[in-house]
Amino acid sequence: MLAATAAGAAEAPALKAGVFTPPHPAPEFSLAGSDGAPLTLARFHGKVVALAFGYSHCADVCPVTLATLAQARRQLGARAAGFQVVYITVDPERDGAAQLKAWLTAFDPSFVGGTGGAQALAAVDKLYGISVRKMASANGPLFGHSSSVYLIDGEGRLRAMMPYGHVAEDYAHDVRLLMQQ
Amino acid sequence: MRVAVVAVPPLLAVLALAAFAPIRAASRDEPFEIPKGTWARRMAGNKVEILPQTIRLTLGVHDVLLLRNLDDVPQVFGPTVIMPGQSFRLPFEVASTYGFACTAHASGQMNVVVDPNPEPGWERLRWRAAHWAEESWWTKEAQ
Repeated sequence: MLAATAAGAAEAPALKAGVFTPPHPAPEFSLAGSDGAPLTLARFHGKVVALAFGYSHCADVCPVTLATLAQARRQLGARAAGFQVVYITVDPERDGAAQLKAWLTAFDPSFVGGTGGAQALAAVDKLYGISVRKMASANGPLFGHSSSVYLIDGEGRLRAMMPYGHVAEDYAHDVRLLMQQ
Repeated sequence: MRVAVVAVPPLLAVLALAAFAPIRAASRDEPFEIPKGTWARRMAGNKVEILPQTIRLTLGVHDVLLLRNLDDVPQVFGPTVIMPGQSFRLPFEVASTYGFACTAHASGQMNVVVDPNPEPGWERLRWRAAHWAEESWWTKEAQ
């Protein structure tokens, strides 16, 4: 019984997300923030960051992801201040800072978006292995894009990646664990 | 005639055990590795395929995708970038088909199909017949 307890205590609780071992520093970037300030990861040192990629005209994946993250933030209660959602656009032509701010505020006013030139955004996509495919449509361009969300701990280390489809409880669970570590 | 009468009960017992006993895999990981030198081989023009287009997992048996980068450079591997010497362990808890954008595939997409845990009875018996070598009953890990 004691041995089992000791073994359990030694083993870190498992995250719901996919875990990187060993963790490395999350690649840094500098973009224009939707809040008017330059957007870097260093700004959020000490917080757990959920880093998502998408665009404000996305009709299916992004609204679900952002609504889920907003719900997870509410579930964190008093600890929500230690959780930051960062959303980087894959559509620089339509997603200026003001457009991103209006889009993100609809989900949670604390969310911060990142935008910039096509080259700058492509460089960030490459750092995180984000796949973006632009497709024409009658209502303007559509983008097929990676839908997973990266989780970065308070020390700025890229710890995990949550695939699309996880519920808010899973995010809240993992964010709480990352806050403790 | 007597041989048949004697042999049938043990055979039925084995079948019943195979149909209803819980499945215990030696490891729940489904591992894939990028070997050292992969980047150099790709740069030399060689086609190197590591991840299949579709990976099939089974809940409660093999339901963890484990990706390891043993090369010297960062690699886009399935749904993410994995640094040299780093591994990425992705557990699945819901049976479904998961699509991941993946630039390492010509189609730009990789699928992970997670099947439900085989139900006791015929389904479990059929699973065991197809995957008997994967169970921990036959491996050192089970001891």
